[in-house]
Amino acid sequence: MNAQNWIAYWTITEREIRRFLRIWGQSLVPSAITTSLYFIVFGGLIGNRIGSLHGFSYAQYITPGLVMLAVITNSYTNVSTSFYLSKFIRNIEEVLVSPATSTVILLGYITGGVIRGLLIGAVVILISLFFTHIVIAHFFIMLLVIVLSSALFSIFGFINALYADNFDQISIIPTFVLTPLTYLGGIFYSIEMLPSHWQIVSHFNPVLYMVNTFRYGMLGQSDVNVVGSIIVLSLVAVLSFCLAWILLEKGVGIRT
Amino acid sequence: MLALEIRDLRKIYSNNVEALKGVSLKVREGDFFALLGPNGAGKTTLIGIVTSLVNKTSGSVQIFGHDLDSQKSFAKSLIGLVPQEFNLAIFEKVENILLQQAGYYGISRSLAKQRAEKYLKKLDLWEKRESQVRELSSGMKRRLMFARAMMHEPKLLILDEPTAGVDLEIRRSMWSFIQGINREGVTIILTTHYLEEAENLCRNVAIIDHGEIIANTSVSDLLSTLQTESFVLFLAQPCAELPVIDDLVLRKIDDKTLEIDLKKTHSMNYVFEHLSANNIVVNSMRNKVNRLEEMFMLLTKNGRS
Ligand SMILES: Nc1ncnc2c1ncn2[C@@H]1O[C@H](COP(=O)(O)OP(=O)(O)O)[C@@H](O)[C@H]1O
Ligand SMILES: [Mg+2]
Repeated sequence: MNAQNWIAYWTITEREIRRFLRIWGQSLVPSAITTSLYFIVFGGLIGNRIGSLHGFSYAQYITPGLVMLAVITNSYTNVSTSFYLSKFIRNIEEVLVSPATSTVILLGYITGGVIRGLLIGAVVILISLFFTHIVIAHFFIMLLVIVLSSALFSIFGFINALYADNFDQISIIPTFVLTPLTYLGGIFYSIEMLPSHWQIVSHFNPVLYMVNTFRYGMLGQSDVNVVGSIIVLSLVAVLSFCLAWILLEKGVGIRT
Repeated sequence: MLALEIRDLRKIYSNNVEALKGVSLKVREGDFFALLGPNGAGKTTLIGIVTSLVNKTSGSVQIFGHDLDSQKSFAKSLIGLVPQEFNLAIFEKVENILLQQAGYYGISRSLAKQRAEKYLKKLDLWEKRESQVRELSSGMKRRLMFARAMMHEPKLLILDEPTAGVDLEIRRSMWSFIQGINREGVTIILTTHYLEEAENLCRNVAIIDHGEIIANTSVSDLLSTLQTESFVLFLAQPCAELPVIDDLVLRKIDDKTLEIDLKKTHSMNYVFEHLSANNIVVNSMRNKVNRLEEMFMLLTKNGRS
């Protein structure tokens, strides 16, 4: 990228960061509250009766999943809401008229989503410290998985916002696709606890790989192959980026 | 050098409306150009294609010789746009709108700050720099859109109905702002449906109607072809039949009202002699004022209803 592109990229990124910080009450607090509730209910009350899983207390075991849950929903919502609002208010036209390239625009929004993902990840980990003892087995894998997952869901959020014609259409996917996938993605259980046919079905759920590779980074334990998952996750992220780039270049949903 | 060259531009919207039917247009560098036409003529569509907000169906656009398809980023960096409708982020601070705009064009922060100050002061918005956009009046919002379009100091500034819905006083100050920019060498294209605006400001004009350019000439030439004046005649008695008078176009509005198109080479006496010869008594008369409509009458065969 040349200097001009860098400035444009940073302008979009900074604008995105300022936006979610300005509305921190809507963007950061809700995840902090739900996470605390999960820890109180599942980690404390119910977790004590469950005993240990793979050698970890239940509260410890669910921490990585709760981090990923917050990361995924926050990244997705950040980009889909912000981009859709720009379409709605029409100030997206500022960027469309400008020489900022599709790559720059896309990277700006994704970075905004990733930074919100990292921030909310840190918040959830901080909260977990009140409820359980945290170990960090492989810090860089944790970081890598958060960045990859939040990038991927930022891209999904972007594509969703491109196609959306009204506000309902950006909450449909989170409600009907994202939430079920995350809840069934092994946040609260090890898939070894499932009957074998459900184990097979679970392997088609991309969130399972994110949660487990992240759990590997944190606790050193995973139900799936870590290296393979990271490679597949990276590939999917690159492919989704290309898809979003093509849609943006064509002007789907933004140019008549 | 041509600031803008459009060749055979067509646009068919997804609802099958053919908004542009093969438009070709040239605007010279430094020109003050009006794209004049009634609502729905295709002005915003044309501007939209030039500014990458609308996908064209076919044709080509060049900005200072740079093709909008093959040299997209560079061509775009030469254009500034003041859109017809507000498209400002309403929760953003006024100054941030300008700084961000500069950022999208890759302008460094320090230069952006200087320019923001310059244009905020020029457009009388400096006191409002810390306000949120939604707190501005509509005249201020429009001026902010002007300032925004100037942040990267474009060589071609496009204004889509810049003064629609703006009161007379603000309109005057906007006109003088635009004229100042033009004097500094910036090519201006503005769309309007007021002939007066084109007449007062512009050197050259294209008239667009139903997606086609029906005239493209200098404003002064256009006005001289307008040397036909129209009058409304109120008659003393109903006239049963329109008299036929050489070189004169007479229209019957109702039984006691006629309209007449009169070339400057004709004298009033000539008209009244013939009317008297046909036993038509004129009680009173007035100028027909809507000159744009008149122009369309002239340029399109039958005029519009
Ligand atoms: N997004 C759109 N979808 C479908 N038709 C459109 C759209 N925008 C404009 N049109 C139609 O295209 C024609 C030209 O519109 P426009 O370019 O806005 O004209 P003007 O700016 O001269 O008033 C009109 O018939 C209008 O209804
Ligand atoms: Mg218009």
